[in-house]
Amino acid sequence: MDNISADALQKVQSGQIDLAALKKYALDHAYDEMFAAPGQLRENYMPLLDHFGSLPPDELQRRKQAADLSFLNQGITFTVYGREEGTEKIFPYDLIPRIITSAEWERVERGLTQRITALNLFLKDIYNDGRILKDGIVPRELVYSCPQYRRQMMGLEVPRNVYVAVCGTDLIRLENGDFVVLEDNLRVPSGVSYMLTNRRVMKRIFPQLFRHYNVKPIEQYTQLLLGTLRSLSPEGRPEPNIVLLSPGVFNSAYFEHAYLARQMGIELVEGRDLVVHDNICYMRTTSGLRRVDVIYRRVDDDFIDPLSFRPDSILGVAGLFNAYRAGNVTLANAFGTGVADDKALYAFVPSIIKYYLSEEPILQNVKTYLCAIDKERDYVIANLDKLVVKAVGESGGYGMLIGTQSSKKEREVFAEKIKANPRNYIAQPTISFSRAPCLIGDEFEPRHVDLRPYVLYGDKVRIVPGGLTRVALKQGSLVVNSSQGGGSKDTWVLS
Amino acid sequence: MLSRVADSLYWMSRYLERAEHTTRLLDVNLNLMLDETSNSADHRWPRLLQSLGRPRRLKWEGNPYTLAHTLTFDLTNPASVVACVISARENARHMREQISTEQWHRLNSLYLEVTRPGFKKEMQLDAESSTEGPVAFLQQVMEAVHQFQGVTDSTMSHGEGWHFIQVGRYLERATATTFLLEAYHEDLWAHPDRAVDGNEYLEWMGLLRSATAFEAYCKVYTADLTPERILEFILLDPEFPHSVRFSIDALHAALGAIQQQSGKRRADEVQRLAGKLSASLAFASIDEILDRDVVGYLRRIQQQCNAIHNEIYELYVNYSIQTALAG
Repeated sequence: MDNISADALQKVQSGQIDLAALKKYALDHAYDEMFAAPGQLRENYMPLLDHFGSLPPDELQRRKQAADLSFLNQGITFTVYGREEGTEKIFPYDLIPRIITSAEWERVERGLTQRITALNLFLKDIYNDGRILKDGIVPRELVYSCPQYRRQMMGLEVPRNVYVAVCGTDLIRLENGDFVVLEDNLRVPSGVSYMLTNRRVMKRIFPQLFRHYNVKPIEQYTQLLLGTLRSLSPEGRPEPNIVLLSPGVFNSAYFEHAYLARQMGIELVEGRDLVVHDNICYMRTTSGLRRVDVIYRRVDDDFIDPLSFRPDSILGVAGLFNAYRAGNVTLANAFGTGVADDKALYAFVPSIIKYYLSEEPILQNVKTYLCAIDKERDYVIANLDKLVVKAVGESGGYGMLIGTQSSKKEREVFAEKIKANPRNYIAQPTISFSRAPCLIGDEFEPRHVDLRPYVLYGDKVRIVPGGLTRVALKQGSLVVNSSQGGGSKDTWVLS
Repeated sequence: MLSRVADSLYWMSRYLERAEHTTRLLDVNLNLMLDETSNSADHRWPRLLQSLGRPRRLKWEGNPYTLAHTLTFDLTNPASVVACVISARENARHMREQISTEQWHRLNSLYLEVTRPGFKKEMQLDAESSTEGPVAFLQQVMEAVHQFQGVTDSTMSHGEGWHFIQVGRYLERATATTFLLEAYHEDLWAHPDRAVDGNEYLEWMGLLRSATAFEAYCKVYTADLTPERILEFILLDPEFPHSVRFSIDALHAALGAIQQQSGKRRADEVQRLAGKLSASLAFASIDEILDRDVVGYLRRIQQQCNAIHNEIYELYVNYSIQTALAG
């Protein structure tokens, strides 16, 4: 890396790198992943520009097409809700990798480990003794009023005390370059298949560049996930039968479910494949019923067992929760983990970390106003035009108000909504996510990005370097969700 | 293997076989039409409907192109070619990870092609406006299904799943072929003493072509066509892949392989049914069949195929939990 970048630096200085493609690359106050200052390239991006500059004019487009085709042929698609036609779409992606140095990553990794450890302790606590509530660190009513709080989980023992086995934490970079946590996804985080396929496509499209960079591998993810799930097997089941429970082919992440099941070599099951008899869970196979020990479930709490949760669910398995209670089958993630990624409880995560671990949080939060608190609500309503308001129960970029881009009418509607149900809303200042170069047409242009690393927690914490970098492909947009016009790019953590 | 997956593999295969069968019958009959007199159309097209098991709400109304178009594109008819392709692809999608990428590509591109907006218009099955349209379309579907079968055999492990594909294909084929023979009964075997003219010869060729059997037949019996030999060949030939006997033998073998791999001890009944049918075809003689009730004979085969289908479901897919726990 050192030699290469020194070489590249020389080329930049001597004008050998053709930066014609950078004409449209204008910096603003947001942190830029490629430029430290106008004309001043960050070292980790130099070899990349050198390589791209050395390609013949049409080569980039040709490779872009090759990548397109590769995604199309692999059927890497997601489903967009609320549209009648063409509900299956190819996940948009960008060819320019996002590059993170090993020092930056090392800090992120420590921060994520600390955070998932604390959040699991928190979940164990609130579903058992409730010490943190008694001590007044987290308001009791905030926990109990959370729709994701499951009183059925009270007093239940879960294997290894692991509630959240798979977590996708959304990180953004502030203007000073610090990574901060935007939200924790502790229920059924998705997107990891895009991380893995992005990498596979990039290696095929830019083999030389990839080799030069010494990127840390991520391909071991599925194996680590399998190891994590295996470590959570119920007692006395040394050779557990592990399955992935999917809502089925109409779910937006079905591709991912099928992909992960295939990569791990486990069965992909739907609710109708499973039956519970005498508190033991079985799957229906052509050779009869086969016992299931660990379920990596990608079905939401509400739908997983019509007897215990929503009775109208046809995605679930009747009696599964009782089998789980009896300790005969493990679910990853556990029920009721959503209480800890509630957008209002999010504000308390730094205190939660301090309370259980007696450590300072390594990764900070974004400043958050809770509309449930009178003083903060007044501030939010007075400053709607500057803030981003989010409904605590929604995800995927739905139910949001971005103050700076809203009309007066929208703000009035939102103010009414907040007053009607303050517990349901939080607000955050409008933050400029960092921007990374993207290939738009023939030119490099900066676009806002976030980063979702995937954290696995079983017998120990396992994190593959990097994660899914999501891009707001529309110019100026801050919404990176794939359901709202976002895309993704490969994330390279250097070693 | 998950019961649901076995179910999807089985139906994916059946639907594709059905799509190919319907397509072939249409292709053959549209071709024969060029030689036909106007009154023979009123005979031939209802017979086509009969050989497809008389799809509901479909009647012969005098225009072969309209009928062919409906049999190909009408989505309210679940047996139309496009509906079958969609159902096959839907089944594949529900167990995408169980079949090979090559299989998925082949099936998915067939699906994309037949459901492409504007495709229906381009493929107007109307001889006036386009000379090649319908034929080209039908050829394309048949080729795609053949390719899919080739890709299935060469890229998918020949394990339990592959055998379920075989079961679906051959059960569908055996049933469809007996329906086809039944529809031709009146014309070919009901009146053995009828005089033969050039038109008859054309009909016989049509029947053989409908079972892709013309060339194979000629290799065995030369181009000397007689109704008895045609029936014997399509029904009892042990080597021709579209004959009823071949299909039942293949079905029997696939069921045996599944029984072995799934370790089912209770599979005796399904094996008994398939074995019995297979043996009865192996030891049948065409004279005996012709001496008695041909239609009754064909219907008994259909009933046995149905019984095998039900037994497969009872055993591998829809079994009750009580019996499974007891077993």
